[in-house]
Amino acid sequence: MSYELLGMTVLWIFLFGYLIVASIDFGAGFFSYYSVLTGKRQLIHSVIERYLSPVWEVTNVFLVFFIIGLVGFFPDTAYYYGTALLIPGSLALILLAVRGSYYAFSTYGSRDSKVYMFLYGISGLLIPAALSTILAISEGGYIIEENGAIAFSFTALFGNLYPYSVIILALVSVLYISAMFLTYYAAKAEDKPALEIVRTYALSWALPTILASLLVFYAIQRHNEQHFMNMLNYAWMFVLSFVFFLIAVILVWKRTNYGFAFIAVMFQFGFAWFGYGRAHLPYLLYPYLTIYDNFTNPAMAQALVIAFIAGLCILIPSLYLLLKLFLFNASYVKGMKKQKKA
Amino acid sequence: MFTYDPVLFSRMLTGLTLIVHIVYATIGVGVPVMIALAEWIGIKRNDPYYLLMARRWARGFTVTVAVGVVTGTAIGLQLNLLWPNFMRVAGQAIALPLFMETFAFFIEAIFLGIYLYTWDRFKNRYLHFWLLIPVAAGSCASAFFITTVNAFMNAPQGFDLIDGKMENIDPIFAMFNPAMPTKVGHVLVTAYVTVSFCLGAIAALAMLRGRRHVYFKKCLRLTMVCALVFSLASTLIGDLSGKYLHAYQPEKLAAAEWHFETTDKAPLIIGGMLTDDHDVRFAIKIPFALSILAGGTPGTVVMGLDDVPQDHYPPLRTTHYLFDLMVFLGMYLLLVAVWYFIADIRNRKQGVPIHKILLMGVVLGAPFSVMAIESGWIFSEIGRQPWILWGVMRTAEGATTSPHVDTMLWLFAVLYLVLTITSARILIRMFKLNPVEEEIASLGLEGGPAS
Repeated sequence: MSYELLGMTVLWIFLFGYLIVASIDFGAGFFSYYSVLTGKRQLIHSVIERYLSPVWEVTNVFLVFFIIGLVGFFPDTAYYYGTALLIPGSLALILLAVRGSYYAFSTYGSRDSKVYMFLYGISGLLIPAALSTILAISEGGYIIEENGAIAFSFTALFGNLYPYSVIILALVSVLYISAMFLTYYAAKAEDKPALEIVRTYALSWALPTILASLLVFYAIQRHNEQHFMNMLNYAWMFVLSFVFFLIAVILVWKRTNYGFAFIAVMFQFGFAWFGYGRAHLPYLLYPYLTIYDNFTNPAMAQALVIAFIAGLCILIPSLYLLLKLFLFNASYVKGMKKQKKA
Repeated sequence: MFTYDPVLFSRMLTGLTLIVHIVYATIGVGVPVMIALAEWIGIKRNDPYYLLMARRWARGFTVTVAVGVVTGTAIGLQLNLLWPNFMRVAGQAIALPLFMETFAFFIEAIFLGIYLYTWDRFKNRYLHFWLLIPVAAGSCASAFFITTVNAFMNAPQGFDLIDGKMENIDPIFAMFNPAMPTKVGHVLVTAYVTVSFCLGAIAALAMLRGRRHVYFKKCLRLTMVCALVFSLASTLIGDLSGKYLHAYQPEKLAAAEWHFETTDKAPLIIGGMLTDDHDVRFAIKIPFALSILAGGTPGTVVMGLDDVPQDHYPPLRTTHYLFDLMVFLGMYLLLVAVWYFIADIRNRKQGVPIHKILLMGVVLGAPFSVMAIESGWIFSEIGRQPWILWGVMRTAEGATTSPHVDTMLWLFAVLYLVLTITSARILIRMFKLNPVEEEIASLGLEGGPAS
């Protein structure tokens, strides 16, 4: 495997990690706010809070890691995307800032404000919308290089079906992934009333997820035919993704094996994510930038890979410890060992 | 001034983000170390007050760390959004430390989450203490890696520049550049000084308001001993930084000192005014001191600005005043720490009470230490101008060409203002609603049943 491909694969794995953990977080924020509106807050809030509290900082790092790594391996991405994405990038950043800090403020600041809850809930939808737009932009047609200057066309972006289809898929997926996870978590906590609510959420977002995926297929075929044809070459990955979707939904429907159901959800998105990514290669930005353009020098690529492996050796046990203490520890999950903050 | 210039606005926005972030980053580097000290002493001496101190500091830390994460993410992204051309070139050489910084932060975030939610969960109290070590190590490692990047911008090495592209890169050599040791040392040590004073000031303020609990005394003693040790260290490293500048960036040192003629026995200039003809007026001059700062002996020849092309000058007035301010504030902090040390010994041996003026001095030390950090960083950044990469790339060449940086500047200004005010309000509320005395009583530490 070439360094170019290796680097991109590693980054894509991290972005997949972000997709899963951030979706859980974003969706949970939204459900949390939604439950305030529908008066079911006391039923599901404690389940959501118990999971989110210890892990929220970790979520952010996945994204930062991806961006730093992307620019590290492919310095030209800074030039193309950095120049073009000042406004959308800054807006996404402000939303992330509002979300991260206000979550901490409302949780640790011991103040239950409706405004905080609203900001927290709504940013959970706006951030995936903003971030998925960047994926849509990578398909080309919105960033134009002319006479050595990079320009970004908002009119082209918002006058086109494709970005909307991606945004819809992102939003629906966030809610689906999150609800699926919360179903598993509530089942583990043996919290029956909460389980009933989040299970309904999960099942009701299942079909829209598939419909939204089909819409994206349709839109990408019209927008970037080459990418679509590439995706057909890896059709088996998308078929497998669908199979795992069915497994997940059937298990939840039959009220058994919620843990397996969530693993199936991860495989569902994993196959789709890597199928999409593999077909996207070699382009980082269609048609200007491939992973082979101005790849970082061999010495740096080697250093980054070594640093990455060394980092993983520390990271994986640490993540395992975190999960063991807060996710797989039955008495914590059930709230028996729930402690006052700090 | 009012024609739109993306370079100017990019500098302003980056500067703004850094000015905000450095406060939270400093707290983020220093506080875990202080919490670890307090918890360790608490366990070792079986002293519940130190354990409570660690607990209360950790509780406040959650709020500042949130803003630190957020502003840190901001600067990480803005580096790409505002300086795409710089990252395109320099990214070839500095990717490694940036990458490792993220890893270090990853570890810190994971263990902080675990630490905060596992008080009293382990039988062996040392287990909980050990969880803090990765947090403190992670935050200090973050500071280390990110400072090597800044050091690289001051003393770039480890590559050959061929047609505007960096080739033959040695990532480790680039990281361990000549500016690195003094910069990293200075950043870490001054973070500990600042945090010592900020935490000490809280106790001193309580004592000034007539609260007599032994908790405050213990808190003040711990923080001021740290302040003394780290202030001394930062003075030493500051001196070494002068020697580094003399050897590698003499222009920066000359600008900070308004030193125009290359000469030995150079005097150190404090304050004063600079005329447009480069005449220094009303300044205090300490004979030989600049030569000693630069090379250790009065005979050291210090390069003057007359030997530097004018278009390589950093802004002379700003650099000089900021440098003086940093040194003055640093000296103030050192003096207060020394005075406290003496007063504390007399207090213990002869029962002489700690003087109110000293307590006020400690309280003042909190804003002063933050100002010292800010002035030091702004001095270092402005003193590097006109370069973004010393001698290799000018700041103007590195910036974005986007026409919307000004709008983003206002947006982020509002964001930072709201974040700063809210975080301060929440911290104040958090501790006002739950004063130490009440928490001690509710934990049953005094009189009541032992918990």
